[in-house]
Amino acid sequence: MTATDIHRTIEAVWRMESPRLIAGLARIVRDVGVAEELAQDALVTALEQWPQTGVPRNPGAWLMTTAKHRAIDQMRRHALHRRKEGELTREIEDQLEQSVGDPDAMLDNPVGDDLLSLIFTACHPVLSTEARVALTLRLLGGLTTSEIARAFLVPEPTVAQRIVRAKRTLSEAQVPFEVPRGDELAMRLASVLEVVYLIFNEGYAATSGSDWMRPALCEEAMRLGRVLAGLAPSEAEVHGLVALMEIQASRTAARQGPHGEPILLGEQNRGRWDQLLIQRGLAALQRAEALGGSERPYTLQAAIAACHARARTVEATDWPRIAALYDTLARRLPSPVVALNRAVAHAQAFGPEVGLGLVDALRDEPLLRHYHLLPSVRGDLLGKLGRHSEAREEFERAASLTRNLRERELLLQRAAASSAA
Amino acid sequence: MRFVAMVRATRASEAGEMPSEKLLTEMTRFNEELVKAGVMLAGEGLHPSRSGARVRYEGDRRTVIDGPFTETKELIAGFWVLQLSSLEEAIEWMKRAPNPFEDGASEIEIRRVFEAEDFGDAFTPEARELEAQQRARLGDPR
Repeated sequence: MTATDIHRTIEAVWRMESPRLIAGLARIVRDVGVAEELAQDALVTALEQWPQTGVPRNPGAWLMTTAKHRAIDQMRRHALHRRKEGELTREIEDQLEQSVGDPDAMLDNPVGDDLLSLIFTACHPVLSTEARVALTLRLLGGLTTSEIARAFLVPEPTVAQRIVRAKRTLSEAQVPFEVPRGDELAMRLASVLEVVYLIFNEGYAATSGSDWMRPALCEEAMRLGRVLAGLAPSEAEVHGLVALMEIQASRTAARQGPHGEPILLGEQNRGRWDQLLIQRGLAALQRAEALGGSERPYTLQAAIAACHARARTVEATDWPRIAALYDTLARRLPSPVVALNRAVAHAQAFGPEVGLGLVDALRDEPLLRHYHLLPSVRGDLLGKLGRHSEAREEFERAASLTRNLRERELLLQRAAASSAA
Repeated sequence: MRFVAMVRATRASEAGEMPSEKLLTEMTRFNEELVKAGVMLAGEGLHPSRSGARVRYEGDRRTVIDGPFTETKELIAGFWVLQLSSLEEAIEWMKRAPNPFEDGASEIEIRRVFEAEDFGDAFTPEARELEAQQRARLGDPR
């Protein structure tokens, strides 16, 4: 193996092992920041030694043992400090020494609580959303600072600073390294799911970049979702989110034309939808619904996505079912955008007049005032009702509101077509 | 990115010998690791080639050849579909798999799955369209 090959192998091992490594260490040292530094130190040692010695047979255990020796060294060196902190430090040191002989046990506590604790800590509400996202990718995805920076199109020092600050915040707030219980669990889980879905959308929403980091974000979010589903199998919304991501990702290849132009759901070539992901998504949806998730936001959104996934053609879409699902979603997750989508679904299911009534009810909604899709949808419905001059006005208004050049062109074309009609 | 890890057939697999309980347990444990890590999309074992067939193409002609097939080492006995971030990661994972045929030599071949963007400009809209129609038929579970 050449030095480059070894480095690439170490990189792969790091991605595979670092979450469990950091989680196992964090349980003992009770500080995610310290745990990550210890793990990083072990990585540096591996980078120094493995090119000579080769990759060890059990690289995860090797890294864990190295990190723990490092931790013990550090604690001894800071003996003075220890005297001040007293018992806690001594307890930590005892645990470290006891566990040195069995690195595998530390990497794999049976219920996976360490890993789950790490996820909950990285997504702790004491952190800003951006910090949660960066820390999750770093600690759970094993991504480097520069990879995260590339994925989010921000300068590397910004990400580095975000992570440093996040670790400091966690330490200062003395956030315990644990899985929340009872009432707190639901709230904290919502934060975890939000972070995972944010990561997914960051990759999914990008239509511009051919940069490989963007699809990698979607894949990382899906991987995290699946990991969560394994760690918290009884949580309906975890499966709901997994289902939603798998079904949305199944359309990736169909969402863009040959020149990168976005293709809307109705016009997509359904033959390009990934059937493997669809099947996985439908299975996850079934689990979510069996666990009583039918009325919860992610599961509902997944159920809507599943209606499209099941339809072989646009015409075969079960619009009344989608409309009913949107009714529930609008009750459970009231938002103007959901309401607008609900109006579209009702228009498809029950005719443009019904849809127009619902859209009109949203015209004074302040949050939609500058949202181009409101006039765009209205224009579409007016056109279907033969009210072409009103439709043209709406399309022109929508064109003036969108910042996307390609979309503006399309809307102006539709406006022109309306005046010709 | 996606990888397929293919288990090469052996004389034992072609003879239809089932894996031992020990190997099955180990394989299940390995698959669980893959699932827990969120990287396994699919995985299947295949019947011996005697219950398969080949379709041979020569211009417009189609000839069907029934199994079994003799060149054992070129046959596939099973596969995984994995979602990973590099070939090295696929290699590291597969190094942890139990030997699919406990005693003796066997081989797992790792290959990267093509994705639409890999075709670049050569993948014309027409080619996309054709491929899409194919996929639609292949993917139709009914």
